[in-house]
Amino acid sequence: MSDDIAIRVNGLGKKYRIAHETAAYKTLGETITRAVKAPFRRLAGDAPSRTIEEFWALKDVSFEVKRGEVVGIIGRNGAGKSTLLKILSRITTPTEGTVEVHGRIGSLLEVGTGFHPELSGRENIYLSGSILGMKRSEIDAKFDEIVKFAEMERFLDTPVKRYSSGMYVRLAFAVAAHLEPEILIIDEVLAVGDAAFQKKCLGKMGDVAKEGRTVLFVSHNMRAVASLCSTGILLHEGSIFARGPASAMVAKYTEMLSGDLVSSKPFFDFPPRHDHPASIIKVRITDPADMATLIHNNLNPIILNIEFVVTKLIKDLDLWLVVFSLEGSILFQTCHRDHESYLSGVPPSREIIFRPGRYRARMEIPAPLINEGSYELYLALQVGIFPLDVKRNIFLTIEDNQTFASSVLGIRREGFFCLPIPWNLERIEELYP
Amino acid sequence: MTETVLIPEVPTLVIRPPRKWVPVDLRELWSYRELLYFFVWRDVKIRYKQTGLGVAWALIQPLFTMLIFSVIFGGLANIPSDGVPYPLFTLAALLPWQLFSEGMTRSTTSMVANANIITKVYFPRLIMPIAGTISPLVDFMVAMGILVLMMAYYGFVPTVNVVFLPAFVLLGLATSLGVGLWLSALNVQYRDFQYTVPFLIQIWLYASPVVYSTNLVPAQYQLLYGLNPMAGVIEGFRWALLGSAPPSGIIGLAVVVVLVLLVSGAFYFRKMEQYFADIV
Repeated sequence: MSDDIAIRVNGLGKKYRIAHETAAYKTLGETITRAVKAPFRRLAGDAPSRTIEEFWALKDVSFEVKRGEVVGIIGRNGAGKSTLLKILSRITTPTEGTVEVHGRIGSLLEVGTGFHPELSGRENIYLSGSILGMKRSEIDAKFDEIVKFAEMERFLDTPVKRYSSGMYVRLAFAVAAHLEPEILIIDEVLAVGDAAFQKKCLGKMGDVAKEGRTVLFVSHNMRAVASLCSTGILLHEGSIFARGPASAMVAKYTEMLSGDLVSSKPFFDFPPRHDHPASIIKVRITDPADMATLIHNNLNPIILNIEFVVTKLIKDLDLWLVVFSLEGSILFQTCHRDHESYLSGVPPSREIIFRPGRYRARMEIPAPLINEGSYELYLALQVGIFPLDVKRNIFLTIEDNQTFASSVLGIRREGFFCLPIPWNLERIEELYP
Repeated sequence: MTETVLIPEVPTLVIRPPRKWVPVDLRELWSYRELLYFFVWRDVKIRYKQTGLGVAWALIQPLFTMLIFSVIFGGLANIPSDGVPYPLFTLAALLPWQLFSEGMTRSTTSMVANANIITKVYFPRLIMPIAGTISPLVDFMVAMGILVLMMAYYGFVPTVNVVFLPAFVLLGLATSLGVGLWLSALNVQYRDFQYTVPFLIQIWLYASPVVYSTNLVPAQYQLLYGLNPMAGVIEGFRWALLGSAPPSGIIGLAVVVVLVLLVSGAFYFRKMEQYFADIV
């Protein structure tokens, strides 16, 4: 019966309760005072001081995954991807429905789970490997391979807290890449970081898929989904919107995003996240005349006004902007410290302290630079390569009103950029027919 | 009709909504014993790496407490110590006591302290409080060295009953785990509990025969007193090592109380762990 099914999901649902204006956990005193006060408050006809909102992060989700299938799970933020992954990897329980899992399951929702800064690289390989579900003998056997993959033989006995963030991630990823469960669940581990190494990891994932193991892969990177996955599940508002071949699902998702484009506004307000040390609360996109808009002319610079809140002391906070094509290719990444460092010719200074407060940043994407088309913006507050807060799903359209970029061919030219690069062209010899 | 049915050798797991009572899956727990080892190893290693004096702390703490207790309770208050030199009398109690109190403290905070791991990967959550209970064993072993030296100094030879010592160590660990299971689960929901632990330890210390002997407790209260399992554990230690009176009456009661604590704690923990990742 279960011969070729790896995962069977039946009517899965997960309900969360969000209490507004309070921390996620309660104190005993609070519970007691509330319990004591509640009846009186009701008598007095007072509204309760906090509201509890219930929402279904997942609702009535059913699907099957065959053994050896590589499934990409895609959808917008808040579509339920992470919740689904958390239930499948047994971190949290569903509110309703069941999942049958046939086979040893391993999950990778974060790079560096279980790493301890005081321990050395060698010790962390064992600790993290074990937490991720590897047997000690398995780690022994793969130890050299892991070290080689991470390319850091020399620092094995250095405490991880002395590593640069790049080294840290390399080691963490190397451990994770050597997990060998029958069913592997992977959340996108995207940070603005070492692209070459990310490519190496995606390659490793491709190998895993070829070995015939079952993989569930959540990603925003449509190219990765299309190339690595055989099938896809498109989630929308907690339910399955479509299921089918990965490429078809990617196309559907891209279409869905274009739908967003039409309906979205040029200003975004996000509730501050009290559980985060820093969070982006406002993004406003305008043209040079200070008109808020998401549609820009390719000859005009695009202006971004960003506000964020810092709730505790942070060292070396970076604000990043990444521009993606709708297929998930990165056009460019830019950091708020780039320009200073470019002007001075030295690497950005270290140990800059961000005290708690509200901050505002303004930046301009110069023009002409981006070719006509639709793009997604990704804003991130990071310390090194570790994201503290990320906002995506901000879409821009660049139009071209018969400028140089479209008038030469009469149609949109290929590529992400339109640069009026000065050429020098002259006749160097006269020839007479 | 005979037909061989091939049953594939893959474990089947069913993920379902929270249930009221979830039994403890001992087989699963056993299969994660290596992880338990690594958590204990991590705790011990970090404890010694982060401190300048390292292992010396395992000696300093019981030694100084012994000195203070000997001066105040043995000297000034002149509390009788069953014919055993007071420093030895109180040290034999301090070692199991510190094993218990450290274990209880660490297991209570274990879930919250490891929230970042708990929200990212699955393993039987019971491993966390168990690791918290076990990791002070290393300090305990080191400190046992001083006790042996002290016994040699005072010319005490352990009785044959010393073979029962591991049983009392186990009982002390079980007490600490029983309390730790309750408190760690409660602490996920109500952070108050981690602040009550130091307070609880202080009261519990004086409710246990660390600075005095159980003989000082009036006969009619002995049974009530025995409800504290640490009384049994400590008297057991003194009996096994120093040849004091056997803890005959209260030890049975201690075992029963510990079993009740352990079983109820495990059920409460298993029930609550289904929500841990959402609220921690």
